[in-house]
Amino acid sequence: MSGFPILSLMLAVPLVGAIACLFVGDKMARFVALGATLVTFVLGCILWAQFDIGGAQWQFTERADLFGRFSWALGIDGMALMLIMLSVFLMPLCILASWDAIKQRVGLYMAMFLIMEVVMIGVFMAQDLLLFYIFFEAGLIPMYFIIGIWGGANRKYAAFKFFLYTLLGSVLMLIAMIAMIGEAGTTDIPTLLNYDFPPAMQTWLWLAFFASLAVKMPMWPVHTWLPDAHVQAPTAGSMILAGVLLKLGAYGFLRFMMPMFPDASGQLMWIVFGLSMIAVVYTSLVALVQSDMKKLIAYSSVAHMAIVTAGLFAFNQQGIEGALIIMLSHGVVSAALFFCVGVIYDRLHTREIDRYGGLAKNMPAYALFFMLFTMASIGLPGTSGFVGEFLSLAGIYEASSWVAFVCTTGIILGAAYMLYLYRRVVFGELTKDDVKAMPDLNAREWTIMVPLAAVALWMGVYPESFLAPMRGDVTTVVARLAPAKPAGDAHLTAGKAKPAAAHGEPVHGSSHAGGVQ
Amino acid sequence: MTGDLMLIWPELILTIGGLITLMLGTFFGDRNVGLYQLSSLLTLAAAAAAVVALFGIETTVFSGTLSVDSFGGFAKLLIYAASFVCIVVAPRFFSGGMRAEYPTLILFAALGMGIMASSRDLMTLYVGLELNSLAAYVLASFMRTDERSTEAGLKYFVLGALASGMLLYGISLLYGFTGTTDFAGIAKVMGGELNIGLIFGIVFVLAGLGFKISAVPFHMWTPDVYEGAPTPVTTFFATAPKVAAMALMTRVVIDAMGPAVGAWQQIVIFLALASIILGAVGAIGQKNIKRLLAYSSINNVGFMLVGLAAGTQQGVEGVLTYLLVYMLTTLGAFLVVLQLRDADGNQVESIPALAGLSQRRPGLAAAMAVFLFSLAGIPPLFGFWPKYLVFEAAVNANLVPLAVAGIVASVIGAFYYIAIIKTMYFDDKSDTEFPKGGGAIVEDAVITASALWLSVIGYLFIPVLAVLSASAAAVLF
Repeated sequence: MSGFPILSLMLAVPLVGAIACLFVGDKMARFVALGATLVTFVLGCILWAQFDIGGAQWQFTERADLFGRFSWALGIDGMALMLIMLSVFLMPLCILASWDAIKQRVGLYMAMFLIMEVVMIGVFMAQDLLLFYIFFEAGLIPMYFIIGIWGGANRKYAAFKFFLYTLLGSVLMLIAMIAMIGEAGTTDIPTLLNYDFPPAMQTWLWLAFFASLAVKMPMWPVHTWLPDAHVQAPTAGSMILAGVLLKLGAYGFLRFMMPMFPDASGQLMWIVFGLSMIAVVYTSLVALVQSDMKKLIAYSSVAHMAIVTAGLFAFNQQGIEGALIIMLSHGVVSAALFFCVGVIYDRLHTREIDRYGGLAKNMPAYALFFMLFTMASIGLPGTSGFVGEFLSLAGIYEASSWVAFVCTTGIILGAAYMLYLYRRVVFGELTKDDVKAMPDLNAREWTIMVPLAAVALWMGVYPESFLAPMRGDVTTVVARLAPAKPAGDAHLTAGKAKPAAAHGEPVHGSSHAGGVQ
Repeated sequence: MTGDLMLIWPELILTIGGLITLMLGTFFGDRNVGLYQLSSLLTLAAAAAAVVALFGIETTVFSGTLSVDSFGGFAKLLIYAASFVCIVVAPRFFSGGMRAEYPTLILFAALGMGIMASSRDLMTLYVGLELNSLAAYVLASFMRTDERSTEAGLKYFVLGALASGMLLYGISLLYGFTGTTDFAGIAKVMGGELNIGLIFGIVFVLAGLGFKISAVPFHMWTPDVYEGAPTPVTTFFATAPKVAAMALMTRVVIDAMGPAVGAWQQIVIFLALASIILGAVGAIGQKNIKRLLAYSSINNVGFMLVGLAAGTQQGVEGVLTYLLVYMLTTLGAFLVVLQLRDADGNQVESIPALAGLSQRRPGLAAAMAVFLFSLAGIPPLFGFWPKYLVFEAAVNANLVPLAVAGIVASVIGAFYYIAIIKTMYFDDKSDTEFPKGGGAIVEDAVITASALWLSVIGYLFIPVLAVLSASAAAVLF
């Protein structure tokens, strides 16, 4: 690797942009923010291009012992790379999405978004436990302002709830981190990843981390902050909340809880499975009866994240890879769906589903994109959602067929609530006069929709681009978890190759159809 | 004896400087604000220089009643710095009513506090404490025509006298059952078996000191005095005496009662948790910003006591770092409060009047937001770091339940801090206008510097802070 500190640069660009936004006028702030996020995106692309797949686990590492007790240690592996890419990809789109919608205190708004970007990619880059915690917590402040200042009618309540809920969870994680640092004597994450904590201690540490990450995730029953925060946040705030912030929880599971406390993870996986199963069914049913579009999508996020947690705790390659793909896919698709809501909200200033109807007639382009993202959310083959759900459910099945069975109902219910939403908003008669007057997508909205749609399809058609950098890391985690892995109930056995295989290619697994001639 | 005098230069300078300031005020009149202000500021600067010059010397003077060490030096520097700022901001606040007694009393209070921080004998402890307290009572009622101010002074005096009584009773018990007033001698006896008299002594001494640091349940005076006292005096109360009393308490607990861990640790744990929780809960619903900051100081003292409860060197380092960061944050927050004047130039203390401050005075509101988030201990602001240190000390001393309870209660505290930020940023503009101007450049500079330092820049100073606090804490072990 070259010694150029590209990761620090990626943090510095938005930070400088944020400071600039506070001082230039409102008009300039938009351009500064867009410029800064685009530069960061380009840097991210360079990062991806330079990333050596199959090379060292940690790449682009930087280390400066600036803080005495802990250090400015950055570095990424494949998982972090993909999540950073997700963040830097969504960020310029968020800025564009708020281009016209935000009219007051634009400078402050843009500064908060840029700080948010610094914090989010910092979380994925941090290689020092305390540095990680600082980034992890720092995200509360800009989000508090974004929801509280530019949110909807009930924004203050939502901002408080968001802040205090997530803070309460995180502080317990801090105590656990202190205990870990005391036990292992280091704050270096790569070292901690291979440190064997005593099993009895692991359980406590696991529970403390779980308290924090389950809230961030969010898992049932501590998900209640999410619908409030989503509904009240401005469009771009919801995009970034659903797109990236929800991934912090799952990232924490995969980066910390599973490899650092493997024994506890094995013992306590029933908690995760249990809560995930309840979440999938319960929140899907709740989503079904929502009359507010944003709330509906928020509950669908909880359901998707539940499949992620179940997939992660399947402890096998498919399950974890699938969970990661759902994270990426959900990051793109839910952000896109929130933007779809934002588009019509900007025109009619309501999120009530009943106020719309028949949009397919006067907004055909919008209806097309909305359809694509709805399908991706449901998991239609060819879209990103399918790949993730299929892989993770296959992994879950290997671990426990009952969990897989319950989680699969989530797919069916997901189709139900998303299609029902789509029917009520886009199809039907175009009767309401104000709805009739709504113009179709403008150039700015096209610019946002097209990249989101392209990525959702890319991930669905050729997921290998995204899976390849992460595969090695997933293998490492799976190997670390192997001793603690309980036996699954599926007892999968590879099918025997037919003697007749000489006629054709050797047949693998259970796909008999092609082999019989 | 003369050798001993050479080692107490800071105290000598403060005494002489205080007398000179008083004379200047008497001879040239209260109108000559610049003159006596200058002399008091020079005195403090000289005293601080003397402390720096004496750094590294670890000894005791006057038959072991007073110690000269880096622990006391660390505390004194903080105390002098806080006193300095409180003198600088005063003339503008008192406008016509500034009198030479103000800087003089602050100097004498600083002298008393310096003695508190370096005492290692129950007698010097009490002398320092009373010197500080008497000056403080007068300062609280400095605006003698203002009803709230005189009420604050009286309340402070009555309750302070009660606390002094308890402290003295405890001191007499300790003396009676150990036969000495020397900390080291007391510690020797404490190492043996504890009898009921000693335990009562410990309880009463800690109760008396608990009053000075305003730990729950000895905190009742704090909100009233903070609200009633003139704002520069409140700034002073919230910073310098906190440092002195906390340093004194640390010294008494570690130096004198060190071996009797079981006896004092439960008391300190109780004080810590009660202060954190009550400081947080009591602040909710406060409508006056000074009252609210009073509860915030109670809350923060609770966190410092978490570090003290650990009773280890790591814990004391945490307490010292906490004191430094807390002092800077509180100074900043009170300086912001001092800037809040409506169109007629009257001080604004009501929190609802701050609504929409971020639109009227964005810089001021941003600085206040930094201070409040920092007091709440939310990273990346630097207020997180001392909280981390004290909790780390508690966890490493096997006080995990204390750490968990404390940190969970800190979330309650976060609620009222972010509630003020909500008022400043989310609410619609109130009718109160906050015209710019009139503020001294020094005040703006202090606010800006401390806000910047408390944002991420402070982290770069962790290595320096670690060395300083470690060398100071090492003295006690």
